[in-house]
Amino acid sequence: MKFDAPHLEYSQLAPLLIVLGVATIGVLVEAAVPRTQRYAVQVGLAIAGTVAAIADTIWVFNKLHPWSGEAKPGRIVAESALTLDGPAIFCWILVLVFSLLSILLFAERRLEGGVTAFAGQAAALPGTEAEREASTRGLEHTEVFPLLMFAVAGMMIFPAANDLITMFVGLEVLSLPLYLLCGLARRRRLLSQEAALKYFMLGAFSSGFFVYGMALVYGYAGSMQFDKIAFAVSAGSGSHALLLGGMGMLLVGLLFKVGAAPFQAWVPDVYQGAPTSVTAFMAAGTKVAAFGALFRLFYVAFGGARWDWMPVAWGVAILTMVVGSVMALSQTDVKRLLAYSSVAHAGFMMTAFLGARSLADIGPGEIQPVQAVLFYLTTYGLTNLAAFAIVTLVRDPSGEATSMSAWTGLGKHSPLVAGIFSFLLLGLAGIPLTSGFTGKWAVFTSAASAGAWPVVIVAVLGSAAAAFFYVRIIVLMFFTDPVGETSVAIPSVMTSSVIAIGAAGTLVLGVVPGPLLDLLGRVAEFVR
Amino acid sequence: MHVTAVQTDGVFSILWLVIALPALGALVLLAGGKRTDKWGHWLGVATVAASFVLSLILFFALLGKDEGERQYTQHLWNWFSAGSYSVNIDLLYDPLSAVFLLLITGVGALIHVYSVGYMEHDERRRRFFGYLNLFVASMLVLVLAADYVGVFLGWEGVGLASYLLIGFWQHKPSAAAAAKKAFVINRVGDIGLSLGASLIFVTFGSTSFAVVSAHADKASGATLTAIGLLLLLAACGKSAQFPLQTWLLDAMEGPTPVSALIHAATMVTAGVYLIVRSNFIFSLTEDARTGVIIVGTITLLMGAVIGCAKDDIKKALAGSTMSQIGYMVLAAGLGPAGYAFAIFHLLTHGFFKANMFLGAGSVMHGMDDDVNMRHYGALRKAMPITFATFGIGYLAILGVPPFAGFWSKDKIIETAFGDNFLVGMCALIGAGVTAFYMTRLMLLTFGTTKRWEKGVHPHESPKVMTYPLIALAVLSAGGGLLLAGDWIVDWLTPVVGEHEEHHLAVGAVGMSLIALAVVAAGVAVAWFLVGKRPVPKEAPSKVSVFTRAARADLYGDAFNDEVIIKPGVVGIRGLATVDRSVVDGLVEGLAVALTAISATFRRVQNGLVRSYALTLLGGAALVLLTLLAVNFG
Repeated sequence: MKFDAPHLEYSQLAPLLIVLGVATIGVLVEAAVPRTQRYAVQVGLAIAGTVAAIADTIWVFNKLHPWSGEAKPGRIVAESALTLDGPAIFCWILVLVFSLLSILLFAERRLEGGVTAFAGQAAALPGTEAEREASTRGLEHTEVFPLLMFAVAGMMIFPAANDLITMFVGLEVLSLPLYLLCGLARRRRLLSQEAALKYFMLGAFSSGFFVYGMALVYGYAGSMQFDKIAFAVSAGSGSHALLLGGMGMLLVGLLFKVGAAPFQAWVPDVYQGAPTSVTAFMAAGTKVAAFGALFRLFYVAFGGARWDWMPVAWGVAILTMVVGSVMALSQTDVKRLLAYSSVAHAGFMMTAFLGARSLADIGPGEIQPVQAVLFYLTTYGLTNLAAFAIVTLVRDPSGEATSMSAWTGLGKHSPLVAGIFSFLLLGLAGIPLTSGFTGKWAVFTSAASAGAWPVVIVAVLGSAAAAFFYVRIIVLMFFTDPVGETSVAIPSVMTSSVIAIGAAGTLVLGVVPGPLLDLLGRVAEFVR
Repeated sequence: MHVTAVQTDGVFSILWLVIALPALGALVLLAGGKRTDKWGHWLGVATVAASFVLSLILFFALLGKDEGERQYTQHLWNWFSAGSYSVNIDLLYDPLSAVFLLLITGVGALIHVYSVGYMEHDERRRRFFGYLNLFVASMLVLVLAADYVGVFLGWEGVGLASYLLIGFWQHKPSAAAAAKKAFVINRVGDIGLSLGASLIFVTFGSTSFAVVSAHADKASGATLTAIGLLLLLAACGKSAQFPLQTWLLDAMEGPTPVSALIHAATMVTAGVYLIVRSNFIFSLTEDARTGVIIVGTITLLMGAVIGCAKDDIKKALAGSTMSQIGYMVLAAGLGPAGYAFAIFHLLTHGFFKANMFLGAGSVMHGMDDDVNMRHYGALRKAMPITFATFGIGYLAILGVPPFAGFWSKDKIIETAFGDNFLVGMCALIGAGVTAFYMTRLMLLTFGTTKRWEKGVHPHESPKVMTYPLIALAVLSAGGGLLLAGDWIVDWLTPVVGEHEEHHLAVGAVGMSLIALAVVAAGVAVAWFLVGKRPVPKEAPSKVSVFTRAARADLYGDAFNDEVIIKPGVVGIRGLATVDRSVVDGLVEGLAVALTAISATFRRVQNGLVRSYALTLLGGAALVLLTLLAVNFG
C-alpha cells in the first residue's frame, strides 16, 4: 500500500499556520516561563503573531488583485479542504483584526488595579479561601491568550472550509476555547461559570444537530465536499427527504452559532456572564466566522436548492429581528441589552442571506448579498468592540457596573465617554453618517433586489423599534441626574485605542463607505 | 456684461492672500485662546492692514491694464462636484471687486485701529478682534467669489459674524435678542439667495458668473424675473430693505465699531453688490428692476422718517443707513444708468457713515456709554476733533458741495428723475428729510445747551480713536474726486456696461440747485423746531401720530408680529397638539404595547438551561417542519 503525502500550499496557508503555531507556543510558554514574566511574553507573542498573520493575510489577499477591476476568484487548497477565495480571505482579515483589538482588551490591567479581568485561579470554588488567596496574590490566567489564538484559528477555518468535516472541525476549534474563556471572569464568578456551562451544553447540543445533518447530507450526496454536494443537488438524485433533513439540521447548528431566533436563548445569559472582553471578541469574531460559513455552505453547496430553504430563512430573519428588538426593550442590564442588540443584528444580516440569486440575475454595480454581509460584519464588529470596551470602563466598587440604573447621568460627569458611547449606539441603531446606516442600507438593498420586500419592511420597522432602546440609554446618560457611586475608570492606552479605532471606523465607514464597498464588490464571490 | 476673465498671473496671483490673511487672523485669535490675549488685537489690525496693502497693489496693477483686460480669475480648488455640476472655489478680480476690496480692507483697517481703543477695557477684546477678522475674511469671500455658491458661502459667513458681533455683549438680554432677530430675519433673505442660486443652476446648469452671464439672454423672461426677485429678497435681508428692515435698528446693540463696519459701511451693502454683480440678469428683466426700484424708494423714505424720531444717536444713524442704502438699491434698480452711481454712493456712504458711527462711538465713550441724545448738547467744545470730523460727515451726507455725498446722491436723484418723475420726487423728498434728521442730530449732540447727566465729564477720545476719525473725515470730504472726469463710471463700465446719459429738462446744474434748495429747507426746519426751542430731557409723550409711528419704527415689528408671528404661533400650537395627541399617542402606545410584549416573553428567558435546550429542540423541529411543509405541502 502506498501513501501520498498531502500537497499543502504552505505560502497560502501561512496565516492559519502562524495563528496555530503561536497558540501552541503559548501553551508551552505557560509551562516553561516563570509566572511573573508570562503576562508580558504571552501578550507580546499574541500581538506579534496576530500582526504577522494580518500582514501575511493581506499578502495572500493581494494575490487576488482586489484593487484592480479584474480580481481573480481565488482557489481551493489543502487537498480540497479549504477554499481561499475573496470572502474567505476577507473573513480572515476581519477575524484577525478583531482578535488583535480583543487581545488589547484582554491585556488591559489598569482597570482591575494591576491584574487582568480574568480569574486568578479558575479552578478555585467561588467564595472559598483558595479563591481569596489567588486574588490577594494577584494571580491571573495568562492561558487566555493561547485560548484566544486557538479560537481565532477555528474562526479562520470555519468560513474557509470546503467540506463538511473541515467545517465541523472549525466549528469545534472555535467553540471549545470560547466555552472556557466565558468562565474566567474575575468578578461575579458564579454568573461567569454558569454562563460557560450553559454555553457549553447548548453548544454541544447544537453541534449534535450539525453532525447529524452532515450524516444525512452524506447519505444524500455521497460526499462531504461542497462542489460534489452542489452537483448532487442540481442532478436531483437521491432522496429529497434526506437532503431536506440534512439541510435543516445543518442550518440549526449554524443559526445557533450566529445567535438567530429561535436559537438565541443562550446569547443574553452568556454575553452577560462572560468577561466583557470575551463577550466583545465573541460578538465580533464568532459572527464573522459563522456568517461566513453559513453563506458558503448554503450558497455553494445548497445554492441549487435555495427555493427549498429560502422560506425558512425568511421566517428566521423576521423572527430574529423581532425577537432581538422586542426583547431588548425590557432589559435593565447594558450587557444583556447589547446581547439582544446582537441578536437583532444577526437578523439584519440574515436579510442579506435572502439576497441569494443566480449570478446571471445580478446586474452590474448591484449590491451582492456576500458583499453586503461582509460590509455589515465589518461595521458591526468595529462598533461592537468599542461599545463593549466602554462597558468595561463604567465601574462601581464591585467591578463593572452593567446595570442601567448605574449609567444614569453618566453624561454629566464623563461627557467624553458618554458621548462616544452615544455615538456608538447611534451607529448600532443605524443613524445616517454612521457605519450602521450604510451597513443596513447594503443588506436591505441586497435583500430587496432579490424580491424579499416583506422582510425588508419588517427590518425597517425593527430598526425603528431598535432605535427606541438605543436612544433610551442616551436619554438615561444625558438627561437624568446621576445616582449612586458609579465612576468611569481611566483605562490604559490599550483599551483607549480599541475605543478610538472602533469609533473612528464607525464614523469613517458611515461617511465614506465607497472604497470598502467597491473592494468587496470585486472580491465577494465564492469559488465553487 | 459678460464675465470673461483670464487666469491670474504675475502680481495678481497674490489675490488669495487678501482673504487668507484675515482668515488666518481669525483662526489664530479664536483657536489660540487666552495665550493670544496680550497681542491678539494688534494681530487683528495687522492682518487687515496687510490685506489693505495687497488690495492697493492689486488695484494699481489693475489700473495699469487696458480697459478690456481688467478681469482676472484665480482657480483655487474644486469645492465639490456632483455629476456634471461642479463648484470651484474661484476668485474673480475685476473693477467692481477691486473697489470693494479697497473699501472693506481700508475702512476695515481703520475700524480695527479704532477698536483697539474702544474695546480697551473689555476683557473679551481678543475674541472681538477674532470675530472682526472673521467678518472681513467672509466679506472678502463674498465680493471675490466667481460663483453664486461662493457668494453664498461669504454671505452666510458675514451673517454669522454679524450675529456674533451684535450679540457680543451677550450678558445683556437686549443684545442677545437683537442678535437672534438679525439672524432670523437674515435667514429669510438667505432663502432668497439659496433659491435664486438653485433656480440659476436649474436654468443654466451652472452657477458661475461666467457661464450665467454668457447664457442669460437665452433664458425665458419669467425665469429671469423670478431669479431677479429671489436675489432681491436676498438683498432685502442683508441690506435691511423693506420689508425685512426691522433687524437693523436692533443691531445697534452691538459695539459701535461693529455698527460702523458691518451695519453701515460694508455688510449691509452686500445686497447692492449682489444686484450690481447680477447686472447680466437684471438688465434683461424690467419687472424685477421695477421691484428693486419700489423697494429702494420705500426704504429710503421709511429710513429717513424713522431717523427723524429717534433719540438714540445710533438708532438715528441706523435709520439713516437704511435710507441711504435705499438710495443705492434705487440706483441699482435703474439699470445700466444707475449701477455705477449705486456703487459710487456705496463708497462715499461707506466713508461718511463709518465716520459718523465712529464719531458717535467717540461721543458715547466720553458720555459713559449713554446713547440718548437728549442727554447730550454743546459737546463741540468738549470734543473738538470728534465735532469737526462728524461735521464733515454731516455735510457729506446732506449733499453739500464739494463733500463726497453731494456728488453721489445728486447723481442718483438726477438719474431717478430721468427714469420716472414720481421716483425722482421721492428721492428728492428723502434728501430733504435727511437734512432734517441729520441737522436735528447735530444740534442735539453738539449744539444747543448742556443737558448732561450728573457725574458725566465729556472728554475727547484717545488718539487711537481720533486718527481713524480724521482719516475717514478726509475721505468723506474728498470722496467726490472719484467722479472727477467720470472716472468711477468708466472704471465700472467693463462690469456693468455702457449707458446713455439722461438729459433733464432743468439740466444737471439746475437739478443740483433744486436738490440743494430742498436740503436747505430741511436744515431750516430742523433749526426752527430743534435749535430754537429748549430740548426736554425726557422725550415728550404728547406727540403727533406721525412722530409716534416713527418712534415705533413705522410699526415694522408690529406688522411682523401680527401678520407672521401670531398666525405662526397659532399654527405651531395646532401642530404641537396634533403631534402630542396623535403622533406621540401612536408612538408611545406602540412602545408601551411592545414593552408589555417584551416583558411577557422575558419570562421564557428563565435562566434554566433545560428550557433553553427545549426551545432549541422546538426550534429545530420548527425548521424541519417548515422545510418539509414547503416541499411536500
